[in-house]
Amino acid sequence: MTPSGTLILGWGNPGRLDDGLGPAFVEILQTLDLPGVEVDSDYQLQIEDAAEVASFQRVVFVDADRTGAEPFWLRRLDASPSGARAASFTTHSVSPSAILTMSRELFDAEPEGWLLGIRGYEFSDFGEGLSDRARRNLRQAVEFVSSALRTGNFQSAEPTVDSRADSPRL
Amino acid sequence: MSTANTRRIVIEPLTRVEGHGKVTILLDENNRVEQARLHIVEFRGFERFIQGRPFWELPVLVQRLCGICPVSHHLCAAKAIDGIVGAEKLTPTGEKMRRLMHYGQIYQSHALHFFHLASPDLLFGFDAPVEKRNVIGVIAEHPDLAVQGVMMRKFGQEIIKATAGKKVHGTGAIPGGINKNLSIEERDPLLEDMDKMLEWSRSAVKIAKDYTLENLDQVASFGSFDSNHLSIVRQDGAMDLYDGNLRAIDATGEPIIDQVDPLDYLDVIAEEVRPWSYMKFPFLKSVGPEEGWYRVGPLARINTCDFIDTPEAEAAREDFLSLTDGKPSNVTMAYHWARMIEALHAAEKIQQLLHDADLQGDDLVADFGERREEYVAIIEAPRGTLLHHYKVDANDQVTMANLIVSTTCNNEPMNRTVREIASDYISGVPEITEGLLNNIEVGIRAYDPCLSCATHALGQMPLEVTLMDHRGGLLDRLARPE
Repeated sequence: MTPSGTLILGWGNPGRLDDGLGPAFVEILQTLDLPGVEVDSDYQLQIEDAAEVASFQRVVFVDADRTGAEPFWLRRLDASPSGARAASFTTHSVSPSAILTMSRELFDAEPEGWLLGIRGYEFSDFGEGLSDRARRNLRQAVEFVSSALRTGNFQSAEPTVDSRADSPRL
Repeated sequence: MSTANTRRIVIEPLTRVEGHGKVTILLDENNRVEQARLHIVEFRGFERFIQGRPFWELPVLVQRLCGICPVSHHLCAAKAIDGIVGAEKLTPTGEKMRRLMHYGQIYQSHALHFFHLASPDLLFGFDAPVEKRNVIGVIAEHPDLAVQGVMMRKFGQEIIKATAGKKVHGTGAIPGGINKNLSIEERDPLLEDMDKMLEWSRSAVKIAKDYTLENLDQVASFGSFDSNHLSIVRQDGAMDLYDGNLRAIDATGEPIIDQVDPLDYLDVIAEEVRPWSYMKFPFLKSVGPEEGWYRVGPLARINTCDFIDTPEAEAAREDFLSLTDGKPSNVTMAYHWARMIEALHAAEKIQQLLHDADLQGDDLVADFGERREEYVAIIEAPRGTLLHHYKVDANDQVTMANLIVSTTCNNEPMNRTVREIASDYISGVPEITEGLLNNIEVGIRAYDPCLSCATHALGQMPLEVTLMDHRGGLLDRLARPE
């Protein structure tokens, strides 16, 4: 089957305040019902996501970011073994680049990978709901990504993002 | 606390996903291991989080505790709420749907652990470079196994999705039952994959068994020690991962407690608080805090049950115990073999259930009976015995919650495993070497501990190892790039 469409894959725990930014992003995208766009979310990325992303042309991983630039950043991701040390100690989660690597190595698929990091602030307590600042950042991220998806011009959106590793600010 | 004659080695793994655990090894003046402790960040604040919430929200709320085993918390809370609402016996559809969800969870969790967390240790050796000893290394050299792991995990996740609904907001189990049945359209794709899942499960048992037997000299003593074992079992002594009464045995198989109703757990189990850890240390009251600690999880369950009620897993269990002449196995690394026997059991159970027409029934929720203000439920989560104890008031609000999770139960055993390994490894050389770190990881990983109670956002630290003297001064540090 020829890969097609875009998968928005958010992850995080909505019971840990701003850690729920990824699933919150997915929930909003789902309501927009954009053509060619499917969404999914989970508490953590896992190995079976390698099989899921393999059927898409593009995948956008969405996570909360506790230290990065405000309000959000978007980076192109590559499948690279160096960034894919998926299991350390007891980690039961897998990095986005590891997902891409596994998708390539196991399913001969190379979806175009992106990582969207939305800046959050409150992570230390249990609790539902996002902080006000995180909510504002979420709105801007949704606006940016949905616009790119609507125009089908996702690739060309990259130049608006400074993708240097040390300053990924929009 | 370290003294003038002791030195402290701290191994501090801060993974970006699971919060952090920290291993502290205390050496005496001759640089021999005096003590080893695994510190795990526990879910402080969770009780406060749910206090005052309506009890019927619990099955959804408690999933927030753990991104790794939300289904286990979901089902355990649902069972407790069944008791609160007086739903004494679920409908066949309600109970079987929940069981299917649970076996799906066991299956995917065990597959994930074995193929993608443990197999690098087993395939490449404990001392293989960490750059190789990971899932990418498995993909490079054993792509067939890596694919099996992915597809087994995916199969279990699809069962969960079909029974629980969304992954983040699973709502399948509700007070007194379930909110949906399994349609034929949902069932048939799962059945199509069933033979392959059984075949791969048998293969996984063989891999684990062969590894154990071929490396018995190393495996038998690696981080091993005699211990008590605890799980729930069915009334006839069969393994039952979803429901049952408590049984504990000692290292030789002699019973300590048997068929204790979960409601009476406080009669037989106490939790000790220790000043150096946020975690509690459960122990069997009749044995006492010093010797009453116990192991839980696959190894314990294989040891405590009298039999497994699915034929292939039972044959595998008998084969497993033949190595110890029918007595309990106290070999820490045998957790892997036991875990794969359970995966096979889960696959057999899933096959049985998918052929059961009750799953297409419409009677989803049992009648409610006499309302209770307190209840206790126990389930066997992938990592071991999980207990939820709740009190609610007349306004249906939660006033008390006590959760004993499997990693808490395995806390003391993991400490002992680390101590055994460190004692063998350090032998007078107070350094944190890659080899020591590797071996400690392998030992702890056998238990499949869940350290997931922290958040996981981008930007946290990778594994770090620190060596400190008895005054807290830094002697050495070993960090691994993320």
